Amino acid sequence: MDSVLDIILSSIRMATPLWFAAMGGLLAERSGVVNLALEGLMLIGAFTGAAVAYNMGSPVIGFIAAGAAGALLAILFGFFTLTLKGDQVVIGMGINLLSAGLTPFLNKYFFHVTSSTPSLSIDQRFVYGPTLFAFGLIVSVSFWLRRSVSGLWVRVAGEHPTALASAGIRVKRVRWAAVIFSGVFAGFGGATMSTMLASAFSRQMTAGAGFMAIAALILGRWAPLPTALGCFLFGLTDSIQIRLQGQLTGADSAWLLQLIQLGPYIVTLFVLAGAIRSSSTPKALGEN
Amino acid sequence: MAFEKNLRSLTRPLSALILGAFVSAILIRIVGESPWKVAEIFYNGAMGSAYDLGLSLFYTVPLILTGLAVSVGLRARLFNIGVEGQLTVAALAAALAGIWGPQDVILNRVLGFAAALLGGFLWGAILGYLKARRQAHEVVAGIMLNFIAYGITSWLALNFFKNPDSQNPETIPLIDAVRIPAWSYFQSAPIGWHVLLAPLAAMLLWGFYRWTEAGWAMEAVGENPKAAREAGLSIAQKQFWALAMGGMIAGIVGFIEVYGNSGKFIVGFSPAYGFMGIAVALVGRLHPFGIILSAALFGAIHKGSLDLDFETEWITRDFAQILQAVLILFMSCATLVPAGIQNRWEGLKRRLYGQRP
Repeated sequence: MDSVLDIILSSIRMATPLWFAAMGGLLAERSGVVNLALEGLMLIGAFTGAAVAYNMGSPVIGFIAAGAAGALLAILFGFFTLTLKGDQVVIGMGINLLSAGLTPFLNKYFFHVTSSTPSLSIDQRFVYGPTLFAFGLIVSVSFWLRRSVSGLWVRVAGEHPTALASAGIRVKRVRWAAVIFSGVFAGFGGATMSTMLASAFSRQMTAGAGFMAIAALILGRWAPLPTALGCFLFGLTDSIQIRLQGQLTGADSAWLLQLIQLGPYIVTLFVLAGAIRSSSTPKALGEN
Repeated sequence: MAFEKNLRSLTRPLSALILGAFVSAILIRIVGESPWKVAEIFYNGAMGSAYDLGLSLFYTVPLILTGLAVSVGLRARLFNIGVEGQLTVAALAAALAGIWGPQDVILNRVLGFAAALLGGFLWGAILGYLKARRQAHEVVAGIMLNFIAYGITSWLALNFFKNPDSQNPETIPLIDAVRIPAWSYFQSAPIGWHVLLAPLAAMLLWGFYRWTEAGWAMEAVGENPKAAREAGLSIAQKQFWALAMGGMIAGIVGFIEVYGNSGKFIVGFSPAYGFMGIAVALVGRLHPFGIILSAALFGAIHKGSLDLDFETEWITRDFAQILQAVLILFMSCATLVPAGIQNRWEGLKRRLYGQRP
């Protein structure tokens, strides 16, 4: 029994960064913008979160700064996709590459190495704060999207942008707001990785988490609660994988370890193959 | 007329390059280094000697191939991010074929080449199947397949074919006779006849799009899927082939690496050739010959950036990634001037020429 509870709790911990990123992705995609930049937004958030928490001695300030860094990079994404009308998929991957190059560049400048930020002490880290915050965020996004006027704007911007425009609401502004908030949330997700799950930022530490958040979004059909459940599934895979790693310490089982580490990626692939796109895909997704 | 059109298609890459250089110079200034010094390091690193030039060429060849692979996807409006995984699988396939195959030089090379093509094709076909038949998002699926390819190839290489005489993560080497000898001009840079495979692939691809019906159809589904469907083309089938064919082209990188360079499969041999292929394809405007030019540029940038680590205090090889990203951003937006400024500019012109709107 104990170990089942352990696995669930550790799955919740592992799912926390995905929850933030997936909620960010959900906002952007429901408003009609494909945000494949989540990975890069998380990465810059992870770096900023750890770097600021280390320098200011407070994880909360680091967390807020990570949101701001995510927002800044998201503004760049918005500038190229919404203002200059670039291809959202290609620009998203460009932003990921930019973040992958920028984080070691900044790390070198501030901490003299490219590999990682200095290790955080226990009072510079979170214990479970972001997890509670993520719970709150999921519930609020779910209510806000369904019940509020601005939530309605976001949904209509993704389904029938022309209807929104004829109602006198500027579609572009709605999308801008959604993109910026998706950057804030993804930045939070990154900071969760570097200041709660780990005790430092390390090079390319997001390792596909942003894309898993997108997979969870597809699995959850762009609805907040099912998407959060999808993220939990990936958290579960991750925590089972880590647990198995802990149990397979013998020399003769070392060959299995590498394969087990692939678990989350393989599960994601099966989820993608199984969750055939349906009518719940926002209709105007990816249009300029 | 045609010349004018070609000239105009050069304006975007050139303006993107100028903007990219400008943004890089600002970043370099911010951290307190001299942009001129960095430019000099790039220049010397890329073509300071015949050996440096050879190494730039060495990086150019895989980039031509990955650029072509990405461009085949993009022409069908698919973003093939799985190229990295495809070339990794192909390299292991080529190495295994080389180890197991007949020790006759020609047969062994042919077998290695076929295995590389097949390995790349297979990994691309999985992505193609997931996209075309299961409607999976090709970017997310491609990223996952990259992680899986890396994991499985290193697992196989290190657990079953590990080189017992080496501490490095690599497989047993091929016999020396089958490896492709390097030309002496570039000193010890591994450049031999195999580098011709890349321009050859570019030429074949050019002919494929220009003269064959299959090539035309694969572009048609990208340019106008609706019209293509009405003309009776199967979109799913073309999407599958665009990704699988991309995988096959990427597979040639695996052959070149194993037979032309290291003589074995080394875990992590690729410095992200597949991802660099995106920038190469976009700057080359998806044209096979444009891709050769842009691959030469990125090959030189990559080689030049390797020297940044020890020749500057603050700038590392990661800087090349930033430059690539900036170029991707500038290449793939519909316009470089926001609509608001464009309107104002038009208004100004009208006022200058005295016309009333």
